[in-house]
Amino acid sequence: MKYVDEFRDPSKAEALLWQIEKLSNLLGKSVKIMEVCGGHTHSIFKYGIEEVLPRAIELIHGPGCPVCVMPKGRLDDAIAIAQNPNVIFATFGDAMRVPGSKTSLLQAKAQGADIRMVYSPLDSLKIAKENPNKEVVFFALGFETTAPSTAFTILQAAAENINNFSMFCNHVLVIPALKALLDNPDLQLDGFVGPGHVSMVIGTDPYEFISQHYHKPIVISGFEPLDILQSIWMLLKQLVENRCEVENQYNRLVEKGGNQIALSAMNKVFAVRENFDWRGLGDIPYSGLKIRPEYGQFDAELKFTIPNLKVADHKACQCGEILKGVLKPWQCKVFGTACTPETPIGACMVSSEGACAAYYKYGRFSQVVKDREAKRERVRV
Amino acid sequence: MCLGIPGQIIEITDINNKLAIVNVAGVKRQVNIACIVDEQHPPESCVGDWVLVHVGFAMNRINEKEAAETLQLLQEIAEVMVTG
Ligand code: SF4
Repeated sequence: MKYVDEFRDPSKAEALLWQIEKLSNLLGKSVKIMEVCGGHTHSIFKYGIEEVLPRAIELIHGPGCPVCVMPKGRLDDAIAIAQNPNVIFATFGDAMRVPGSKTSLLQAKAQGADIRMVYSPLDSLKIAKENPNKEVVFFALGFETTAPSTAFTILQAAAENINNFSMFCNHVLVIPALKALLDNPDLQLDGFVGPGHVSMVIGTDPYEFISQHYHKPIVISGFEPLDILQSIWMLLKQLVENRCEVENQYNRLVEKGGNQIALSAMNKVFAVRENFDWRGLGDIPYSGLKIRPEYGQFDAELKFTIPNLKVADHKACQCGEILKGVLKPWQCKVFGTACTPETPIGACMVSSEGACAAYYKYGRFSQVVKDREAKRERVRV
Repeated sequence: MCLGIPGQIIEITDINNKLAIVNVAGVKRQVNIACIVDEQHPPESCVGDWVLVHVGFAMNRINEKEAAETLQLLQEIAEVMVTG
């Protein structure tokens, strides 16, 4: 078993679609399902899953792209740190093109800042060891999937006593964001496809409130096409049978209690922030992580002066509504015109996991423009 | 950002720093295995394990039995369709 191809078998996909169709007919009404994770959004577009589903099933692409939800002000802070002449700023490639209020990291790099793309936080630690006269700062971002790796990197820096290394911590948490979404009256959802890799760290227990308190079903899902189809099938089954439970499709990787080793490293290094600002969604209580005072020497927010200003999103940008699933990307006036992946206005257009970029990249764009033109024609007539 | 790739641990290269070599779709990569080792799973015992690789770390073990069960279920659904 290679754990990839087996989960892409077209004949099994066809069978699942057939089952989905049957359940959808039984249900007899349209349903809205949110896939929370940007990785799922990416797979759904890549494999054209939306197209093959019955029309009664609408997928809403949720806020689970950590790059997309990074507020402008935090990006400005990152850029301010990176522009320090003595700093080497290391980041995942995903964050390079996200627009801050004036520039992006990519533009700052072009203007001379020493910004380096790394694959792993450990690479940034290596850069710190190789450049003892420089301050190396890693741009720590991502959900619970990524946070253990940065926690272990800080623990290693502490063990090796590396004092020219720190992190600008922007980790965010999925559960408080889901709660904020569920509390939003605009949002009408019938169920969730839950994030698989976040859950391999946190387990399935933290989602119980969704079924118990909000009475919505959720299925934790893997990322291959069969995983996603099976999860949609499981969700529909719950809806048909009038159940709302936390179910786990991805049990080859996700255990009920999560990964205790990873969780305890996170706990050791990080504390929960009282508030964290999400692009498009605003302040969400207890939704971000910060570095604990015990590891303060690795906290870039303590080491450097940062502007720490809140910056409003671009007026035209509807990212917030898109992330909440209230609007579709093409309903944003600047989609595909002023806002493209080359010149993103909002963050949803930057990462390939953002809903706007996914629609643009996978060809819905042309359809959308055609539809919009047709509508304008009608209005003119 | 949360994407990960399955790979198989083929060698432990540094027990103290918990580093291993993983075969990811035919490409050998160094990964940190701190997230998957504890008293019950010392580093030496990890060779041969399938793991999910994300940002240079083996984030979790892949459970072969569970994977087989999922595939078995999907197979049964496919057979129901064929036999009608
Ligand atoms: S198209 Fe661009 S501006 Fe409009 S919502 Fe998407 S990212 Fe924001």
